[in-house]
Amino acid sequence: MDMRSDRTVLQIIDLDISFKTSAGVVHAIRGVNVELRKGETVAIVGESGSGKSVSMKAAVGLLAGNATINSGQILYRYVDDDGSEEIVDLLQMPKRQMRSTINGRRIAMVFQNPMTSLDPTMTIGKQVMEGILLHRKVDKQAAARRALELLELVGITHAEARMRSYPHQLSGGMRQRVVIAIALACDPDVLICDEPTTALDVTIQARILELIREVQDRLGLSVIFITHDLGVVAKVADHINVMYAGKIVEVGTVDEIFYDPRHPYTWGLLAAMPDLDTSDARLVSIPGSPPNLLHEPKGDAFAARNPYALAIDEKAEPPMFQVSETHYAATWLLHPDAPKVEMPAELKVRIAHAFEDAKERR
Amino acid sequence: MSQPLLRVRDLTQHFRVSRTFTAKAVNGVSFDIYPGETFGLVGESGSGKTTIGRSIIRLYDPTSGSVVFQGREISGKLDRDTEGMLRRDMQMIFQDPMSSLNPRKKVASIIGEGLDIHRRYRSKAERDTAVGALLEKVGLSKSHASLYPHQFSGGQRQRVGIARALIMDPKLIIADECISALDVSIQAQVVNLMKDIQEETGCAYLFIAHDLSMVKYISDRIGVLHMGYLVETGTADEIFANPVHPYTKSLLSAVPLPNPKFEKRRRPVAYDCKAEGVDYAVGHERTVAGTHKVLATDDELARWTA
Ligand SMILES: Nc1ncnc2c1ncn2[C@@H]1O[C@H](COP(=O)(O)OP(=O)(O)OP(=O)(O)O)[C@@H](O)[C@H]1O
Ligand SMILES: Nc1ncnc2c1ncn2[C@@H]1O[C@H](COP(=O)(O)OP(=O)(O)OP(=O)(O)O)[C@@H](O)[C@H]1O
Ligand SMILES: [Mg+2]
Ligand SMILES: [Mg+2]
Repeated sequence: MDMRSDRTVLQIIDLDISFKTSAGVVHAIRGVNVELRKGETVAIVGESGSGKSVSMKAAVGLLAGNATINSGQILYRYVDDDGSEEIVDLLQMPKRQMRSTINGRRIAMVFQNPMTSLDPTMTIGKQVMEGILLHRKVDKQAAARRALELLELVGITHAEARMRSYPHQLSGGMRQRVVIAIALACDPDVLICDEPTTALDVTIQARILELIREVQDRLGLSVIFITHDLGVVAKVADHINVMYAGKIVEVGTVDEIFYDPRHPYTWGLLAAMPDLDTSDARLVSIPGSPPNLLHEPKGDAFAARNPYALAIDEKAEPPMFQVSETHYAATWLLHPDAPKVEMPAELKVRIAHAFEDAKERR
Repeated sequence: MSQPLLRVRDLTQHFRVSRTFTAKAVNGVSFDIYPGETFGLVGESGSGKTTIGRSIIRLYDPTSGSVVFQGREISGKLDRDTEGMLRRDMQMIFQDPMSSLNPRKKVASIIGEGLDIHRRYRSKAERDTAVGALLEKVGLSKSHASLYPHQFSGGQRQRVGIARALIMDPKLIIADECISALDVSIQAQVVNLMKDIQEETGCAYLFIAHDLSMVKYISDRIGVLHMGYLVETGTADEIFANPVHPYTKSLLSAVPLPNPKFEKRRRPVAYDCKAEGVDYAVGHERTVAGTHKVLATDDELARWTA
């Protein structure tokens, strides 16, 4: 099995997934490729329903019962207990082996909805300790100390008293932080965070992001960050994957995506972000809604909402065009024969401002 | 000004967690919401935002204080009539869509439930049309009506919760972090939709969020909550142009910007009320100017406005 580079920890290759529902088959993931390298943070951004969570649930073997994996691989490189390096395809691994060797211990996932990963009948102290006791060779007291320390690290006040609280006695954001503490408890190699900070205010959010970065520097943790908060992405990501209707439509370094975006969908996303100076009566949103994947889109899935769509977009799906060694985008606008189109003027102004701002505040 | 739609006075909500620990979630909070306006409530995680919402809509019994809605006291024992009025005219969109939607019901019956209880339609076709139309309004499609909550993505589920609250044409909607699970483009769509509905029906919102740029954008007035105390209130302009309380200032300074070159270097400004010697329990509400108020002692007010 081949990975893109020696430093690649996790690589999703041509992943394709559909769901059976009473309304028909939903082709939710239509060929996703993502690469994660050791010690790096990769962000996945994209509209609601674009397939971010499903792609990552596939990596931890937790797809819903009505899912079918039509094709693809999710390669994972790790060091075995006896010290040898292994590369496995997580999609082929039996569920039991997945649970005993991978989940929680090597790959930890923080789910979008904290309540689904917490047991409502167990105190949060017990829940944080559980993983530590399962995967680390420590006694109960040491596990309790570690649990307390982790809860304090994620900013839970009165942590000692809260150890004995049940999930429903915590606020939404506190629950989310408990789930993050559980994920970090076993020092995993890979941390997958699905919208881990959406319920958090900016100060706590900054603290959590700082904490993840610390662990990253200390232990070489690699992180996949699913979020729609572009401010958070700007803060944490090394690389960004932009997802639309079950596909990655643009990938690049954080600077390439923020300062030199090429896909019209990425333009829309960046332009829709309000800032504290927004004073217009209405927010800009990308017109229309994402395609209903019950019906396979023909051509480029974004065409119907794309003011820059070309005739060919109706007929053929664009391949990934290379912009730089690290930057690719799937839009016919990058074809050598395409008419020259520039990003919207407002976005251009915004990016220029951002550049100036970054210089000034140095 | 007209009569407030909702009048909250000295609302206090404490939870006894154990013999030695009581969570003082909300401590003497007062504010008004007028018909047709949006009151934004911001504050850090655990500051008591959700608890305020849940106490007002009576998912909790308030420890003390008064809540008057459409002229009727709703913080104590509710008679049948008042309870009916409350269930009909006040709706809440919950922070955690998964645990607030019945997993065994199809989306059509979740959204239509309110209509069924209050018999708001003449035929089944009329009801289904109403549900379908609302699904499309929140950016989903009619065909979603036959799916179950777990078959949706996080953001789609949140919109089901929004549709369920909107279908009743309530007078007050408590929207608890109702857009934080949505991506920016759909956020914009939903916020624009909420504004349209407000214009159409004249409903008011208690808009709970931590995203300041969105709160600033949607709110007429804003309340800043910290550790269960309302530390500053005022119009959106008053708060953003002239924040007085150090907690509000630290919140404003931490808003992340879509600018990696800047974000990668930034360290947030910390605020620690203990270190600054601020005790919320001894402060009183002081007027800064106009409707702009801050919780402070004379001394603190002088210091913060100097
Ligand atoms: N169990 C399921 N059955 C049917 N459809 C599903 C199921 N799970 C997910 N889907 C569909 O797959 C698509 C992708 O869902 P996913 O949860 O990955 O979205 P997402 O990108 O994480 O969105 P969000 O930002 O809203 O969380 C959606 O259209 C969703 O409706
Ligand atoms: N049922 C309960 N029992 C005990 N404590 C509770 C209960 N509900 C809330 N609390 C406590 O009250 C405080 C405020 O919680 P609340 O949910 O109102 O916060 P919030 O401002 O909504 O935070 P977030 O932004 O994280 O959702 C927290 O310390 C929480 O632990
Ligand atoms: Mg998701
Ligand atoms: Mg809350």
